[in-house]
Amino acid sequence: MRSKNLLFVFVLIATLALPLGAMAQDDGERPLIGAWDTCADPMSLSGEVKIGVAFAQSEAAAIYGVPQQQAVELAIAEINESGYLGEATLVAVTEDAGSTPETAISAFTNLVAEDVSAIIGPTLSNQAMAADPVAFGTERQESGDPLIPVVGVSNTRTGMETDFAASYGDGGAYFRRVSLPESKVIPGTVEQVVDILGIETVGIMYSDNDQFTASAYEVFVSALEEIGVEIVATETFATGDVDFTAQLTNIIAAEPDAIIVSALAAEIVPLLEQARSQLGYTGPIIGGNGFNTPGIASEDRGAGTDANGVVVGGAWNVARQNEISTAFTAKYEEEYGTPADQFAVQAYTGTWVVATAIRCADSADPTAVLEALASTADFETPLGTFSFDEEGLPEHEPVAQIIKDGQYLLLTEESAAEVFGE
Amino acid sequence: MQASNPVLKLKSVAITVLVMLGIALLAYELPDILDKKVLSPEQHLTTVIWVGSVYSLFALGYALVFSILGVLNLSHSAVFMWGGYIGVMSVIRYDIPIYYTLPLAMLGGGIIGVLVDLIAFAPLRRRNAPRISQLISSLGASAVLVNLAQLEFGTSPERFPRTTLKELPYEATVARPYTIDWLGAEFRITPLQVSIVVIAFALMFLLQYLVARTKTGKAMRVVAFNQKVAGLLSISVGGIFRLTFFLAGALAGAAGVLYALAYPSLTPFTGDEMALKGLTVIVLGGLGSIRGAVLGGLLVAAFEVYATAIGYSWLKDALPFVALFLILLFRPQGLLGEATVKRA
Repeated sequence: MRSKNLLFVFVLIATLALPLGAMAQDDGERPLIGAWDTCADPMSLSGEVKIGVAFAQSEAAAIYGVPQQQAVELAIAEINESGYLGEATLVAVTEDAGSTPETAISAFTNLVAEDVSAIIGPTLSNQAMAADPVAFGTERQESGDPLIPVVGVSNTRTGMETDFAASYGDGGAYFRRVSLPESKVIPGTVEQVVDILGIETVGIMYSDNDQFTASAYEVFVSALEEIGVEIVATETFATGDVDFTAQLTNIIAAEPDAIIVSALAAEIVPLLEQARSQLGYTGPIIGGNGFNTPGIASEDRGAGTDANGVVVGGAWNVARQNEISTAFTAKYEEEYGTPADQFAVQAYTGTWVVATAIRCADSADPTAVLEALASTADFETPLGTFSFDEEGLPEHEPVAQIIKDGQYLLLTEESAAEVFGE
Repeated sequence: MQASNPVLKLKSVAITVLVMLGIALLAYELPDILDKKVLSPEQHLTTVIWVGSVYSLFALGYALVFSILGVLNLSHSAVFMWGGYIGVMSVIRYDIPIYYTLPLAMLGGGIIGVLVDLIAFAPLRRRNAPRISQLISSLGASAVLVNLAQLEFGTSPERFPRTTLKELPYEATVARPYTIDWLGAEFRITPLQVSIVVIAFALMFLLQYLVARTKTGKAMRVVAFNQKVAGLLSISVGGIFRLTFFLAGALAGAAGVLYALAYPSLTPFTGDEMALKGLTVIVLGGLGSIRGAVLGGLLVAAFEVYATAIGYSWLKDALPFVALFLILLFRPQGLLGEATVKRA
């Protein structure tokens, strides 16, 4: 009799607690990011929705590509666990895009054969210029196969949208990116740096055989001209070079207030060590987007303290977080044991932007996905409030940062004084 | 008589046109070049000496094998890259103190060199295969070595961890450089740069001593002169070949470690760029000449650095090849090489 009573009480408690538990579970699983209310739960989607993912998993650009891949996997797990696409499951078809245009082209060729709804990647701008047309270029247009939207998450070369539109007409509109182009990041950064550090003259070094670094150089020059900063020396080098002492010697001898460098990660570490440790340069070094990875300032494998005093504009900084990025970075670090960098945050954002387009279109059809992508506006992301402007360019607020002992601090007069000891 | 040969006539016309084009270009740019003030020339000279010493040390391996076997070993650059990896990985993976990396890489490079001889050269020599076959075989060996490195180490740039560099005396590279004021010229130099130059030149002198002054060196020279004569003198020709490959490999290994110490970006493809530079160095200096390789290394570094110094950094990779072209035109045996005399 007593055991029957106990069983009754147990069943009663369990029945009452069930909805509470389910509610708690729902709230716990729903990520902070997502157009949960703006777009209704998709009704037509079912089965697997495939998206292509092509980042550099080998060669020099793997320094960026590996965190990108990890962030995408984390986002897809969240999307599927939270039922963001209703009955459908988002599946990533992954290809290693390598670090050259050729390897990216072959990755994209494999992906379009898989009938994906969209492609995320590749890592480098010059890879994107070569490989993206596989998804929407002339050949694809002539074949009659549906064009596939490509979402770049780290392509920051200026003018990619207009170049694609010029070459492929309407097909060019299938290119979208969540990564701010240098044309949107650099002017703001330069203005802040010049103002805070009181810079009047600069020397510039850039790699002239890479589209991304060469276009960043041009943006730097026009931004400097606009605010009346004098360029006292300009030097070039090639991607893959390891010795920059001759160029640095010239620049340092011209005694600029700061050195501007537009280079990729593989060149940045030797360049910083040669400027600081070999030639004793202690002034500010202003970098393009290539400097936006903690690997540069890593004490063991990067340039360590030689990266102190590097100023870099970026799309995101760990010191300027919103609640979405705080949640993401914590989860990323827990999952992979390393702190998330800007590239990981952008890749995570890009995946959610694509998933949101699929949700809002309530379709896996690439053209419907593109239409929904294009109308992305005021979407809350780890990068801030994100929209595409009328020209299809990404929009959110950029941030100027300064490196000190491996940390990317927000650039302020205080943080600058801390680094340069003024 | 020669001028009537149409091929030769065409060749001399082509050379004249090229030289005139070169002169015109120089005349056009000369006012600009003269107008350029080379900023801190003494600092540029420092760079030439230390970068050039690594080039020379690397190229010596080419020169050594060529002088004894009369054939280029194109896998030398891959052995160089492996030397760098042996050094870096013995520190990263096995916590071996950085001091031991140089002898380890020399030993490892030497062993790889001997293996290359046994697999890629010896079987062809036994069959009296033409030299071009040996050249191509060594190119294959190079591709295999690069692919093996890719499989084993991946393709992301590797480096000696900065923390281990601090084990070196005076916290080389991580410390601020010394500023030296000498006869009014001021230049900066790090202890690491000095060590690299000293080690490179010490190894080059040792090799020169070994070849010129020792019994083994004499045997090597006899083999280089004529293998049959060497056989008659009871010199083990095969042994000398293997020793030559071991020494060349050891030099490549040493250059690899010095390179990895100097530049924090070692990849399986690091050797490829050095391969071209090394070939330029030995052709400039004189194929098969040890002193020529040293001079060539410094010259190639000088061309690269001074092209940048006078504001033509975009020309720095092309300039050594322009010099190479001119040398081949006017002194095909190289600066310190001896002209080949055809014997009856």
